[in-house]
Amino acid sequence: MTHPDFLWRDPDPKPAYDVVIVGGGGHGLATAYYLARNHGITNVAVLEKGWLAGGNMARNTTIIRSNYLWDESAAIYEHSLKLWEGLSDELDYDLQFSQRGVLNLAHNLGDVREARRRVNANRLNGVDAEWLDADEVGKFCPIVNVSSRARYPVLGGTLQRRGGIAKHDHVAWALARRADAYGIDLIQGCEVTGFAIERGRVLAVETTRGRIAAGKVALAAAGHTSVLAAGAGIRLPLQSHPLQALVSELLEPVLDCVVMSNAVHVYVSQAHKGELVMGAGIDAYNSYGQRGAFHVVEAQMAAALELFPIFARARVLRTWAGIVDVSPDASPIIGRTPVDGLYVNAGWGTGGFKATPGSGWVYAHTIAEGEPHPLAGPFALDRFTSGALIDEHGAAAVAH
Amino acid sequence: MMLIDCPFCGPRDENEFHYGGQAGIAYPEAPGELSDAEWAEYVFMRDNPRGWFRERWFHGLGCRTWFTVERHTVTHEIRKAP
Repeated sequence: MTHPDFLWRDPDPKPAYDVVIVGGGGHGLATAYYLARNHGITNVAVLEKGWLAGGNMARNTTIIRSNYLWDESAAIYEHSLKLWEGLSDELDYDLQFSQRGVLNLAHNLGDVREARRRVNANRLNGVDAEWLDADEVGKFCPIVNVSSRARYPVLGGTLQRRGGIAKHDHVAWALARRADAYGIDLIQGCEVTGFAIERGRVLAVETTRGRIAAGKVALAAAGHTSVLAAGAGIRLPLQSHPLQALVSELLEPVLDCVVMSNAVHVYVSQAHKGELVMGAGIDAYNSYGQRGAFHVVEAQMAAALELFPIFARARVLRTWAGIVDVSPDASPIIGRTPVDGLYVNAGWGTGGFKATPGSGWVYAHTIAEGEPHPLAGPFALDRFTSGALIDEHGAAAVAH
Repeated sequence: MMLIDCPFCGPRDENEFHYGGQAGIAYPEAPGELSDAEWAEYVFMRDNPRGWFRERWFHGLGCRTWFTVERHTVTHEIRKAP
């Protein structure tokens, strides 16, 4: 038996690149891919301190949806969802993108009002959305407990049928393979330790594998962005938190949609392989430790059993945490920084996976043109000074 | 779960506490004179270090005292704030 071909090379860094992307996760790889595909920029390196897609790209719960409340968010997440819909074909790789529907449950009158408002807002923005009453929820997802005797009765829910899940590893591998085919260097085991900045312009990055000159430097480092930015003398409105998730042992198919609940704090889907994949809210404290507290997992399991009594005998296979960078308005920060040639794409918090292609698309444009992509413009860093926040705290399935 | 040393109640489980974020953020002395950038700094910007961090905790399910500790954001080790 022969070993299959590698999907990408393992090159040593060259002395200089037109663009250096810091972070080899989903967003960094998508940015590299679209720099080449949309802008013809291929003298690019992606620097990854560990191995490709080994951070939050390997730790998220893979939910994809675009049912955000505000116009700016709906526009960028819907752009991303439309890219997802063609991405398996375009990358010639089965991403196991499954539009199985995302259900967001409402458990009290406030939830119901907010959810119905969201459905209307989504439709006005061209995002598919439906309101289901409790009976319709029960028909769409029969294993959800819609009994009126539940402690937190299900009063209904919003449904985005075009939402779903994808296989995160495949997404990373497919993007990496295509970026590599364009001649982009994906350099693993290469940690950025500082920046060479002269007269307000970035000239190079210092790394554990030497100095690499760069025309432009683009951060795509999620939870570790603050530490990198501090090395360039930049202060960002980000706080890094652990976000925990877990999987059950492999089960027969039992759940064929994604179910999220704001009020009881859990989101659940079943992976193609059979594990139930469940996410919780963040641990409240700042941390870079890639682990959280067990009582958060316990509360998440209580919530899951409240919604799905059938899961009572499922056993947890493993739990883990990733470090997510949360911004004050729960929206990302995309664009230029006070240092010329240094760009930032961060603050995706608990929901960056769904944005992978859309984020890469607008970030690549912003880097290539030196001007924000129209969809990225509202997410610039200066909104915290202007006050034009994009408050999406209600968009996540759990409180932050 | 972390064991947090409340100054009144002694060591208690983390889930008796609420997190209060970075310590030592004082309300501006002359708020009427702040620029938009200075307001942004006060309202939105907080340190986010990888390492020791001075932070506030609230013993909500105990004596209801706010207090300050230093905690390491990688190891989660806690020590008394200087």
